[in-house]
Amino acid sequence: MKADPKNVLTGAHYLDGNHACAEGAIAAGCKFFAGYPITPSTEIAERVSRRFPLLGGVFIQMEDELASMNAILGAAWGGKKTMSCTSGPGFCLMMENFGLGLMLETPTVLVNVQRGGPSTGLPTLPGQADMMQAKWGSHGDYEVIALAPDSPQESFELTIHAFNLSEKYRMPVLIMTDECVGHMTEKVVIPEADQIDLVERRFTKKKPGEAWPYDPADDGGISPMLPVGEGHRFHITGLTHDHRGYPVINAEAHEQNVRHMIDKVVKNADDIIWLEEKDIDDAEVVLMAYGISSRVMQPAIAKARKEGIKVGQIKMVTVWPFPEKRVRELASKVKSLIMVELNCGQMFLEMDRCAAGKCKTGLVGHFGGTVHKPEDIYKAIKESIK
Amino acid sequence: MSVQTKQLEERVHPMEKLLRMDRIPHIWCPTCGLGTTITALAAAIDQMKLDYDNIAVVSGIGCTGRVAGYMKVDSFHTTHGRSIPFAVGLSIAKPKTKVIVFSGDGDLISIGGNHFIHTARRNMDITVICVNNFIYAMTGGQVAPTTPLTAKSATSPYGCYEHPFNLPLLAASSGASYVARWTALHIRRLTTALKEAISKKGFSFVEVIAPCSTLYARLNKLGSGLDLMKFYHDNSEIKHGADLKDVDIEFQSKITVGKFVDIEKPTYLECLNANNKRVFGDKYQPYGG
Repeated sequence: MKADPKNVLTGAHYLDGNHACAEGAIAAGCKFFAGYPITPSTEIAERVSRRFPLLGGVFIQMEDELASMNAILGAAWGGKKTMSCTSGPGFCLMMENFGLGLMLETPTVLVNVQRGGPSTGLPTLPGQADMMQAKWGSHGDYEVIALAPDSPQESFELTIHAFNLSEKYRMPVLIMTDECVGHMTEKVVIPEADQIDLVERRFTKKKPGEAWPYDPADDGGISPMLPVGEGHRFHITGLTHDHRGYPVINAEAHEQNVRHMIDKVVKNADDIIWLEEKDIDDAEVVLMAYGISSRVMQPAIAKARKEGIKVGQIKMVTVWPFPEKRVRELASKVKSLIMVELNCGQMFLEMDRCAAGKCKTGLVGHFGGTVHKPEDIYKAIKESIK
Repeated sequence: MSVQTKQLEERVHPMEKLLRMDRIPHIWCPTCGLGTTITALAAAIDQMKLDYDNIAVVSGIGCTGRVAGYMKVDSFHTTHGRSIPFAVGLSIAKPKTKVIVFSGDGDLISIGGNHFIHTARRNMDITVICVNNFIYAMTGGQVAPTTPLTAKSATSPYGCYEHPFNLPLLAASSGASYVARWTALHIRRLTTALKEAISKKGFSFVEVIAPCSTLYARLNKLGSGLDLMKFYHDNSEIKHGADLKDVDIEFQSKITVGKFVDIEKPTYLECLNANNKRVFGDKYQPYGG
């Protein structure tokens, strides 16, 4: 299915990452947005609130982020494509019902424009320190899908991609961007609507009385949803449940329920994971990064390569699920893997785990508040080949 | 098989159409007020001849939170305190669906209190039924923001010393279009109130004072479920339009019941449409779902 031309602001624009993200959501067909103001994400909500009235969408500023997250789930079950945006402190509050979204298998998109933390931290300055929270922030076992744009152009494109993944896998999808990308203004080219592919909501084809909310799909894949108001009169719950959506409180049902949520990400990891690799074939050192850090490392890589150091790079467009398989492969081929990120070592832990001692691993961390100095990254490259 | 058993087996529950009979027996204790409250809601829906397909029930967590799981309509069992914001999203997405939030006092007024006042303020077109048993029952009878002064609970073993909320006053001052209070004894009046609340355009609120003989009555030595019903019978005072400052509930005091607020004012979506029409004129297509 192609995007509706009404929703697509085709043309070349000069936008920051947050505005581009809002345009991506609108192009993807988002028609309900519930949010709460928080720096540095607010421009997303502001742009949506300006654009929605003439596009048939509803923007509502809720009383807090707990409410925002719930409202986008409720509206998603009401048939809309929905989204919210926030930053660290709000992300904490949203974690409660991010878990509900996973448990109810609800398609929706949540954007975290990361700032420095913990607590109020650095409201106006960048960080990438919510990466583990994205994976583990709600209680219980589960898998998530999270994307990290590195530019306003990617903010537009990955927001559409996030909506598509959320529909395909019937789950909330995270966009883990950062203050730099959110507030960086660049050229954003929005294509014609017929160049934008959308995944639409899949509803059951079964008649009322025959369908349950978690019936496996005919092809064994992700179950289609049941529409509200069409006689299915179904029930869903945040409790451990069976395919009928009925609570079943025992270990067997729980294993089945949680396994299903984990499997739909793990078994489709090859489809979900999106990496952009460069100069990997002969690389001795591979730098990994995501979001703003993947751009900040470029001068250091260029300098090292000019000196003849064989440096390759991987930009992680999807940050979760982690590209385990690829890192394991590379670890047995290269001398060193280095993670560049604006935190004290979060995705680094995953990289180091997957490298499993087969190569050296390094972290170019940063406490946040600004981006890395290229020379720190360069030094780490030099260090790694000693 | 005795004749009596056979007769029982052949009998159909009068509310079967609206209940998930495949989930019965339910989890609630004997003498709980939830049975009568659900019966009143089912009767209200039936008497209004509403299309069952256009009703959604949303619950939070707690004893009353389980109601969504037993009502045979589109039904959502959400997280603790969050039934209202979930219902807000659902109601905006499906304006033709009658969205009914059915939850308890701890869920709606303590952990969900902020959502409650803001949704009333917006005059969101939903009905909120709050079953008030004065305690957190599901977790074993702890003190709640509705526990009357001096009443004992599992976490106020020497008596509650916090001032409780006056729920009708809270709802009305937050902006509700309809506010009523009845007890689980007043089945017919409660049914009427629920019919009025569901018909009401905008935020409607019905508080149902309900017995919890397992915890509240036992901890406070108030007797059996029957004794509580007798208490409601002897101590409820019907006072429509009462001054809401006077409807506080004290420990074993008179309970003022009745219809307190019934006004007309534009709903959230009506306000949204009117404002956008004012600004954009004919370019604006009113939002209808």
